[in-house]
Amino acid sequence: MKAESHAPTRYLPSGDRALLVEFGDTINSVTNLRVIALAKAMTKAAIKEVEEIVPTYRSLLVRYNPLETTYEQLVFRIKDIERTVGKKDVQDKGQRIVVPVVYGGEFGPDLGYVARHSRLTEEQVALLHCSREYRVYMIGFVPGFPYLGEVADEIATPRLETPRLKVPAGSVGIAERQTGIYPCEAPGGWRIIGRTPLVLFNPLQQPPTPLKAGDTIEFKPILAVEFEALAKAGIGITGYGR
Amino acid sequence: MNAFQVLKAGLFTAVQDSGRFGYLNYGVPISGAMDAFSLVVANSLVANDENSACLETTIIGPELQALGRTQIAITGGACSPKINGHSIPMWQTVAAEEGDVISFGRMDSGCRAYVAMRGGIDSPVLLGSRSTYVRGGFGGIDGRQLKAGDLIKGFPSSHLRVDYQIPEELIPLFTDRFSIHVVLGPQADMFTKSGTEALLSGQYRVTLDADRMGYRLEGPTIEHKEKAEIVSDALLPGSIQVPKNGKPIVMMKDAQTTGGYPKIAVAITPDLDLLGQARPDDEMQFFKTTVKQAHERIRQRHDLLSHLSLRLMKDSG
Repeated sequence: MKAESHAPTRYLPSGDRALLVEFGDTINSVTNLRVIALAKAMTKAAIKEVEEIVPTYRSLLVRYNPLETTYEQLVFRIKDIERTVGKKDVQDKGQRIVVPVVYGGEFGPDLGYVARHSRLTEEQVALLHCSREYRVYMIGFVPGFPYLGEVADEIATPRLETPRLKVPAGSVGIAERQTGIYPCEAPGGWRIIGRTPLVLFNPLQQPPTPLKAGDTIEFKPILAVEFEALAKAGIGITGYGR
Repeated sequence: MNAFQVLKAGLFTAVQDSGRFGYLNYGVPISGAMDAFSLVVANSLVANDENSACLETTIIGPELQALGRTQIAITGGACSPKINGHSIPMWQTVAAEEGDVISFGRMDSGCRAYVAMRGGIDSPVLLGSRSTYVRGGFGGIDGRQLKAGDLIKGFPSSHLRVDYQIPEELIPLFTDRFSIHVVLGPQADMFTKSGTEALLSGQYRVTLDADRMGYRLEGPTIEHKEKAEIVSDALLPGSIQVPKNGKPIVMMKDAQTTGGYPKIAVAITPDLDLLGQARPDDEMQFFKTTVKQAHERIRQRHDLLSHLSLRLMKDSG
């Protein structure tokens, strides 16, 4: 096997109190694993000038206190930490979470469109969607929204041309090869194929969502009656089973 | 009781403190005062912790009735505040007696004013902050803007024996033209030379599409080299995104935490407070600066604010 070689990491200022450590410019798990490995190493190193870090698909944003450090000093320290990140650190799968979903019907108004777009039946789309593991690449857009990837090529579908003004909480959508779950009602352009009754985000809890970049999610199809029961119970995203 | 009853809500009035930090990785925006300088000064004038929660008003202020004797300070945009119909000064401590009605006239300059009450607003702390994040539906008063009938409670606190004010020369003057300094990047290399020149030489006008999330600007088109999309990465308030149409969007305090448009530049922290006072139709011009110079500005402002509170403390002795 050929040894993997990576493009050199780029350090970029993002204004006067943050910098980006950029590992690549595409969506792929290798790049994302490297982002998360550095995030973990940074958390462990607990640099006091660093106020928070934000892992994304392909980069790590580092927000710092400009009264305590210069940009150059901080880059120097992070490069030091980057060098300590080993091969083993970039394999972590995080927690494994099973998310029950009702596919189609009123819960998934775009399942029919995705099926036509994919030249498949609705059942085949649902089956393809729930028969693989997804990586939580990052959390963003709205509080607690996990960006998951990647769906099977066959069911990759472009976003709506005109986003909906309201997508209900729990909606599971597809945008190209990404899939994601709306934690709260929000406007959105993803193709909605189903809905989960689980609660993804609760600002009264610490942390507000147990999901983290690097976790693994699997969807499990359920019936509408089960949805009602689970919704009534108000179960959190990790509470269904693993 | 140290509290206010909301008689009229105003256009968009909400509880804000200095912001919600440490939750960007959960997709939670920073929120907090759009003009943090004015928030800090308002708090200092009633001897609060500088990060205490205040009311942030927007263009049309609220009407508030004091339910007990208290002290307030109003800063930010020039909003002609009154007590029982009589004008009161901004940028200094003002006493309010039980039953007094605080109202606001026209916002002559700026866009947002801050009303600090002695002791600070006592609303629940969610994820480390009292700031209202309306889109997420949490923080402040039930996660929403104020409405008539709301009760705004302050922490119990002693009555200050002296009134504070800040030197006139430190009071910011807002006009309808803003000079905003920016640090280029992180994706400035995705724009053509003339695209970057457009940003740094053109006049940009705030459109009606402007709120706590961000402002869409109208002005010279900023040209991308090729792609007008990136694989989403994290962004902070002050970031200037440019979508395919070449019209910049300045992200503000309730900005989403990640975005897929390239960011040509980021406004420096002290000028982000100025941006918080811009309103639709205001004009702005962007000037390039360096991280180093921006840090110098941040330090100067930090020193100014620390000396400011020192001077206030001395006066009380």
